[in-house]
Amino acid sequence: MKVLFVIAGAVAGAPLRYLTDRAVQSRHDSDFPWGTFTVNVVGSAILGFVVGASTAADAPHWVQLLVGTGFCGALTTYSTFSYETLRLWEQNARLAAVANVTASILAGLGAAYLGLAISDSIWR
Amino acid sequence: MQKDPSPREPVDSDVDLRHPAGVVPVRRGEAAVVGAIAAGGAIGASARYGVGVAWPAAAGSWPWATMMINVVGCALIGVLMVLVSEVWIGQRLLRPFVGTGILGGFTTFSTYAVDLQRLLADGHALIAVGYLFATVAGAIAAVFAGTHVTRALVRRSRR
Repeated sequence: MKVLFVIAGAVAGAPLRYLTDRAVQSRHDSDFPWGTFTVNVVGSAILGFVVGASTAADAPHWVQLLVGTGFCGALTTYSTFSYETLRLWEQNARLAAVANVTASILAGLGAAYLGLAISDSIWR
Repeated sequence: MQKDPSPREPVDSDVDLRHPAGVVPVRRGEAAVVGAIAAGGAIGASARYGVGVAWPAAAGSWPWATMMINVVGCALIGVLMVLVSEVWIGQRLLRPFVGTGILGGFTTFSTYAVDLQRLLADGHALIAVGYLFATVAGAIAAVFAGTHVTRALVRRSRR
């Protein structure tokens, strides 16, 4: 039952997104959605690491399902990211809306590269 | 400056401490909220896994399944947030379960970022750039359509 690994990861990842988002927001007051940005970037780095470990170290498939598909997939979100971007734009925080899209994609991509580079440096 | 077209909606659909309706009570019922998010997350992630198994993307090809998952999830969060902000206001666990849990667990940013990274690393720059912009444009268009159609229907039903 491969889906059980996905569920186990998601049961941890989804609440962790909520708790991280709330903790980040409670520490500062800003138009920029730092909470969602944080989980998306961290999750992209972890997934980059897991994908790298799967190829370089031949990590078992259940690790990919548990940590990659389940945990990282549920920790990160595209729906909150796009809804926040729309709402920022509607509230005339247009710079924050555009910055959110640009920064999230660039930082997420950079984080994926970083995660992969870390796994490469360990196993190659 | 234009006014916010829907001030009852928060900015962050997961949790928004700056918006009165966005504050989920922290101490009372916290376990129920976290439990609803975990249960929803399990459902959403399982559905995403199922779509990926049914519709696999070969290495170096356009990740259609992930893109459709993210675009559909964005349309649905738009519909949901209007409904929980304007219609089903007293349903305290609906937004954590369906929004933060199911749709948050269904959609994924990490797979999007890592797919982009792999396409670039494997020399498929054209597909990478197309996928990057198509997903963002599709997601924004979907959440725009989801909110605006639902807002219009809610307004019409109240006349």
